Amino acid sequence: MNFDDKGRLKPGKYFMQGNIAIAEGAIVAGCKFYGGYPITPSSEVAERMALRLPHIGGKFVQMEDEIGALASVIGASWAGLKSMTATSGPGFSLMQENIGYAVMTETPCVIVNVQRGGPSTGQPTLASQGDMMQAKWGSHGDYQIIALSPSSVQECFEYTIKAFNYAEKYRVPVMVMSDEVVGHMREKVIISDYDNIEIINRKVGMNELPFKPDDDLIPKMPIFGKGYRVHVTGLSHNEKGYPDAASDPVEHAKLVKRLNEKILRHKKEIWDYTAEYLDDCSDVVIVSYGSPSRAGEIAVKELREQDIAAGYIKLNVVWPFPDEIIYEVAKKTEKIIVPEMNLGQIVREVERASKGLCKVKLVPKIGGELHTPEEIIMAYKNF
Amino acid sequence: MEHFALKYLRKDRLPHIFCPGCGIGIIINCTCKAMDELNLDLDKVVLTSGIGCSSRIPGYFYLDSLHTTHGRALAFATGIKVANPELTVICFTGDGDTGAIGGNHFIHACRRNIDITVICVNNYIYGMTGGQVSPTTPEEKVATTAPYGNIENPLDLCKLAEAAGASYVARWTTAHPFQLVRSIKKGINKKGFAFIEVVSQCYTYFGRLNKFKNNIELLKYIKENSININKAKNMSEEELKGKIIVGEFVDREKSEFSEEIHKLIDKHKIVK
Repeated sequence: MNFDDKGRLKPGKYFMQGNIAIAEGAIVAGCKFYGGYPITPSSEVAERMALRLPHIGGKFVQMEDEIGALASVIGASWAGLKSMTATSGPGFSLMQENIGYAVMTETPCVIVNVQRGGPSTGQPTLASQGDMMQAKWGSHGDYQIIALSPSSVQECFEYTIKAFNYAEKYRVPVMVMSDEVVGHMREKVIISDYDNIEIINRKVGMNELPFKPDDDLIPKMPIFGKGYRVHVTGLSHNEKGYPDAASDPVEHAKLVKRLNEKILRHKKEIWDYTAEYLDDCSDVVIVSYGSPSRAGEIAVKELREQDIAAGYIKLNVVWPFPDEIIYEVAKKTEKIIVPEMNLGQIVREVERASKGLCKVKLVPKIGGELHTPEEIIMAYKNF
Repeated sequence: MEHFALKYLRKDRLPHIFCPGCGIGIIINCTCKAMDELNLDLDKVVLTSGIGCSSRIPGYFYLDSLHTTHGRALAFATGIKVANPELTVICFTGDGDTGAIGGNHFIHACRRNIDITVICVNNYIYGMTGGQVSPTTPEEKVATTAPYGNIENPLDLCKLAEAAGASYVARWTTAHPFQLVRSIKKGINKKGFAFIEVVSQCYTYFGRLNKFKNNIELLKYIKENSININKAKNMSEEELKGKIIVGEFVDREKSEFSEEIHKLIDKHKIVK
């Protein structure tokens, strides 16, 4: 088998499917627990993890539903393992309550959503980006999560590693918002020397009180079975972990503000984007994420061949939303075009962040097909 | 001298939130007794729970504990036990948490026969939310959402656990503290899924709504209606109507899930 002494794929060139790349990325990141429930078009992630985790001494459990899947992931994370699940729309909806629980209990975990067409059962075998707002707002209450959006199989591999790093560093659920096209596409993946890939592990330990944060607003994690004897609850809790804050307005506000602030304060370290021609983009900028970025990139090249000052920015991290980056782009251009495989979700964030400095146009597409570069070019011409 | 149970409890969290006369005090006491007699390594014990009165129990124990979402405690516990099989995992839950919203996780935890001990406080009612009808409310008994009496068939959680594949299944009541201690010990020692149902008095809701004079009368009613499984075997369905059958229903050896995962890993591991 083509694995190194740590059970990872040996560095080299591979031809693989996006969902497989996610699983292989997870192995590289140090994932040792997968709890999942089969759902199209994400099932290959579970299948690959069932095959691969035993190789590295990791554990795979096929749970009875997606609610249980994320619950088991959170439990395993508290028992000390890097943990993940993968799902698609209907399963993602079922996971929402426990996403909030993971936020409240500051549990590192990775949730892959290989998006398909919705609402409801929708289009199980076709792509969409219809869950982008749900990723941010799907659970109740005020909270922050981190969400990445891969547009290639290479990025499926890389962003999954990144997702684990963010989850471990910030003690927060991190979502890899893939889609059916990227998930099922087969492409070249280059795995470079592992010495060049950063792997972050959670701070295990405990301050005087279990939920008392360090200066970075993130508490050390007193994982189970080490004698910390910590009480962990989804109720609003004080730094002791006790649910007294459930009926204390001041303690509750302190906790929830910190849970938000620990992400927002670090947003500049979290943001990640790929940009081209931003020094010469006075006519138009295509702002995209995930699959439509492929057509967006081609559209920009073709527009530039027609002497249009077009630029391109691909948001690799969509949540927390990079307001200031979009604002800077809005200053430089007349028009922003946002191709999305939905009827308009992230475009509203772009509109908000551009603060009226430029015009913003959505190129919506649903039904499961990708945008063509021509559709994006036409959107510019008919702006 | 300090009460023996206090060394297991978070003293700074007392007094607790349970109503006067609630059966949960007896159940906490019996659990402490069982832990005491087993001489467990308390750093390796993890409690989990869902939502409801019974699910507030772990917060009073000076142990690692995870107070989770409604009905899901067994799914969280599955992750904990699989991730670290060295841990002794005990789950506190109730009739609504296990029988209604968490029914699916209950069935599948039994089926996997994962080494978790469940102590299920069955008080026949939703106490935390104010006395609504539960899946175990006996027929004709009154609840705030069954003001004319319950018209649904109650669920026998022990029969379900047995059918779904649990290694150990027992039912006692808060009027059977010695038997309960023995079963909790057996359950914790059992390699596999142990389900221990404890019929318990909720005077605040079940008692008052059903015209019991006080919690003692309710506890007496529970005691007097209990019939041991050995005696019940020879009784007709008619005679058993409205009775609480107590005793050990299942005590069997079966393969256990977290151990099976480790066998699989031993076979397929490529990393030293």
